[in-house]
Amino acid sequence: MSELPVPDLAPVNRGPLDRSLMIGLIVLGLLAIMPLLSPILGGDYMLSLVIKAMIFAIAAISLDLVLGYGGMVSFGHAVFLGIGAYVTGIALQEGVYGAFPILALVLLISGAFALITGAISLRTTGVYFIMITLAFAQMVYFSLTSLSYYGGDDGLTLWDTPEVFGMYLFQTGSGLFYSTLVLLALIWFFVWRLAMSRFGRVLRAAKQNPTRVGSLGYNVFVYRLIAYVISGMLAGVAGFLLACQAEFISPSTTSWQISGHLIIMVVLGGLATRNGPLLGALFVVLIEEILSQITHDWRLIFGPLLVLIVLFSKGGLAGLLKNKRATG
Amino acid sequence: MQKILYAAACAASMIGPALAQDLKIGVVVPLSGPPAVLGKQVEDAFRLAVEDMNGEVGGVSTEVFVVDSELKPEVALTRVKGLLERDEVDFVVGTVFSNVLGAIVKPVTKSETFLISPNAGPSTLAGRNCNPFFFSTSYQNNQNFEVLGKHAQDQGIKSVFMMTPNYQAGRDAVEGFKKFYEGEITNEVYTPLGHQDFSAEIAEMSEAGAEALFTFMPGGMGVRFVKQYRESGLADKMTFLSAFTVDEATLPAQQDAALGFFGATSWAPSLDLPRSQEFVTRFEEKYGYIPGGFAMQAYDAALLIDSAVRAVGGNLEDKDALREALEAADFESLRGNFAFNNNHFPIQDFYLLRVAQREDGKFWTEVESKVFEDYSDSFAQDCKMK
Amino acid sequence: MNSTILLIQLLNGVQFGVLLFLIAAGLTLVFGVMGFINLAHGVQYMIGAYLTFMYYSWTNHFLAALALGLVTALVLGLLLEELIFRHLYTRDHLDQVLATFGIILFVNELVKVIWGPGTLTLPTPEILSGSIQLTENLKYPVYRLALIAIGLFVALCLYVIVTKTRVGMLIRAGASDSETVNALGVNISRLFMIVFGFGAMLAGLAGALAAPIFTIEPGMGDNLLIVAFVVIIIGGIGSIRGAFIAALLVGVLDTLGRTIATDAMGLIFDASAANQIGPSIASMLIYLFMATILFFKPQGLFPAQGGAR
Repeated sequence: MSELPVPDLAPVNRGPLDRSLMIGLIVLGLLAIMPLLSPILGGDYMLSLVIKAMIFAIAAISLDLVLGYGGMVSFGHAVFLGIGAYVTGIALQEGVYGAFPILALVLLISGAFALITGAISLRTTGVYFIMITLAFAQMVYFSLTSLSYYGGDDGLTLWDTPEVFGMYLFQTGSGLFYSTLVLLALIWFFVWRLAMSRFGRVLRAAKQNPTRVGSLGYNVFVYRLIAYVISGMLAGVAGFLLACQAEFISPSTTSWQISGHLIIMVVLGGLATRNGPLLGALFVVLIEEILSQITHDWRLIFGPLLVLIVLFSKGGLAGLLKNKRATG
Repeated sequence: MQKILYAAACAASMIGPALAQDLKIGVVVPLSGPPAVLGKQVEDAFRLAVEDMNGEVGGVSTEVFVVDSELKPEVALTRVKGLLERDEVDFVVGTVFSNVLGAIVKPVTKSETFLISPNAGPSTLAGRNCNPFFFSTSYQNNQNFEVLGKHAQDQGIKSVFMMTPNYQAGRDAVEGFKKFYEGEITNEVYTPLGHQDFSAEIAEMSEAGAEALFTFMPGGMGVRFVKQYRESGLADKMTFLSAFTVDEATLPAQQDAALGFFGATSWAPSLDLPRSQEFVTRFEEKYGYIPGGFAMQAYDAALLIDSAVRAVGGNLEDKDALREALEAADFESLRGNFAFNNNHFPIQDFYLLRVAQREDGKFWTEVESKVFEDYSDSFAQDCKMK
Repeated sequence: MNSTILLIQLLNGVQFGVLLFLIAAGLTLVFGVMGFINLAHGVQYMIGAYLTFMYYSWTNHFLAALALGLVTALVLGLLLEELIFRHLYTRDHLDQVLATFGIILFVNELVKVIWGPGTLTLPTPEILSGSIQLTENLKYPVYRLALIAIGLFVALCLYVIVTKTRVGMLIRAGASDSETVNALGVNISRLFMIVFGFGAMLAGLAGALAAPIFTIEPGMGDNLLIVAFVVIIIGGIGSIRGAFIAALLVGVLDTLGRTIATDAMGLIFDASAANQIGPSIASMLIYLFMATILFFKPQGLFPAQGGAR
């Protein structure tokens, strides 16, 4: 396959590389000093809110790999969050406490699920793909609600925490904060590199013109499937972290509302951009929390806000940020 | 951009603890979408109780923080962490639904804050995962259904058609009913949660030939089902036994379609106790609707906190003393008899209720008969607390 | 299960299917003709129900309330189209999803603020309030039969409009190739407005008609929206015929599934396991059905020629 020509491709939604790198690093840097700032920003509460935002950022970044770069709108990505969380929860319940064995299981099972459902779903494209991924997500959701042994619809409170050689790196508080931040930074870096690699260029080219990429000799289906599996595994990691953060697992994690939420984070932040999903996830999680403190009817504000962002900004928050820098 | 965000977050988080108060109580209930009806009952009753105490629960100036669980576990968790870590509340009162309780019980109890449930009472928390920082002023989830099963058994009802939603509480309902009921169960039907059209299930009922129907259809599901059931003419052929299906939260919409149907719980607004009647009158005057069990349990939660804080003289630091004071349950419950079991769930009386029309035309539930006296739940023996 | 109950369940399934069709018809047209993913379609269903409720409490007359409700639903639909949707037709599908999701949040919250969070009921209209003694024990409300009749009538009208009229021809052309239609000098934005307003009104009609049976509450359209999407995907986007057949299939499958699934599982598993698995299978059934259809026919049963995007 290596002798095939790499499809030529104008840089997609990519500003000057250095600037987006700088913005990303600044955001991550700001996140890194959050524990120091937290006493003046609302204490541990702010910290746990930011952990949640970072976990969703990981999920959003992984979704962007298929959604943004691959052009495959997965409306069932919350399933991987759910799989990650349930594998973690069930493992803890059954006496497996090591974080690494659990993470390995998470990667394995979410990867396998992505492989099987991806192989079926990728036969379709466009809105049919949206609906078939939703279908699989709904099936998992209904299966989990009837999983009485592990709490069914009520979910399961986790009284234990995964450990790393006796250290509780994933216990709520600063341990989990830095573990999540490190994983976020790694995945943020990895997905961008992947998208810019040869593999990513084929994937992106196939988004614009699958027929042409196919005629160059690439098996578009296989490229998309690999992207889907990687994305599913990364989202599974986010699910693992979510179980650690919430100390609780529930079928509601796999509901279509959460899948929709992930899409909103990616689109709002900016599709197929280095920082879009990161910014989008942080923005959505934080703004919802802030608005809900102002009024219980916060959706009256948030709903129109979404509409306005769509109408007046192209390329989401990342685009907005870029434009501002460019003009100012 | 981020800086602005954090500044805004900071400003927003400052709004909460601006006033230094002596006692802070967080209330976590659903206030979004249809379940808000139930959350509102809890919030209204709790606020009424604090007002009746002149804003001083346990003789200490009190501030109440109400947050919306949205009936989403992950949302409730974030909000509760806000209550614990930002507002630094001394008590958390919540929740209405078990799945949300499961999400918040660990962070609340781990921070050594007392959690008082005004409704949800899952079996795990009553049994092996009972918790020194958790109390319930309601019941264990299975109990209301056990009441119905006992009643059906005592009445010699020979066969029952069971229908509940397909989720944990629905399965608990079936299990609870079967505890005392030994007659024939013709069908055991589980509908999707939020079910709209019961025509298929009603057709099954019409063919099953059961003597009674046992169901648990909370909220909007109950409104739809009762209406469709009444239209099918089955109401004249089968006895309607239910819990949380025809109560003060749903009756304003069900009206006469629910007339004569049976429910079961530990209290009814018509209960003949002076304290209770005074509460119902005050509540109706203030909020314009009839309080249901949810409201009573929330009011009792406030009375419980009041009694305990008073007993320790406002010293909230000594958790053990505070726990002992809570365990004593030294307050006059709206439902009459009330004591805590070793698992911090109430020992109380349970009644069979019947939907009736009041003189002013409104619908409510009335006590038909007392089924259990000083009844405790079936999971207490699994609890290791003394 | 005997044959009587099977027939009754078929009737129930058809009735659910007809209702689904009323929602799905507008959705598939808007999607097929304009390539526009309108998540707010479920909200329009809800608006129809609430408006009819409001007018009913003023007029105390069901038909008058229904008529007023439909007109208002139409006006609101056109207003939304003018203010927001029209600017999104050329945009990416995901932008449409985001914006219409924002509308869902807003409107669901708004009806809660206006009418409260509780479940509201609308009485069955007087003339249709009777019922037929179907079996010894079971009465079947006339209103449900009327619902089926109205649904079939609307389906017939739609079929005639789409196949026999000029507007219908443009709609069909638009569904397969909107650029050509535009190039032919047809006022495409007016066509879009008509289709959109019509779709919004159909959804409102479905909501108003469903209200006496299914009651009214905030967010009532959200889950039905997902099922309606399943319907139009199975039927093939942009195809009225496909939507009609798929709606009936989904309606019957869902209804029968709920009655049969647990019994069927009982043949394989013991009773308690069957009670666990059966209801979940029943809930999944329509999704399994859709996944299977898409596996064999990735464009649905009746793909509009040329395929809407």
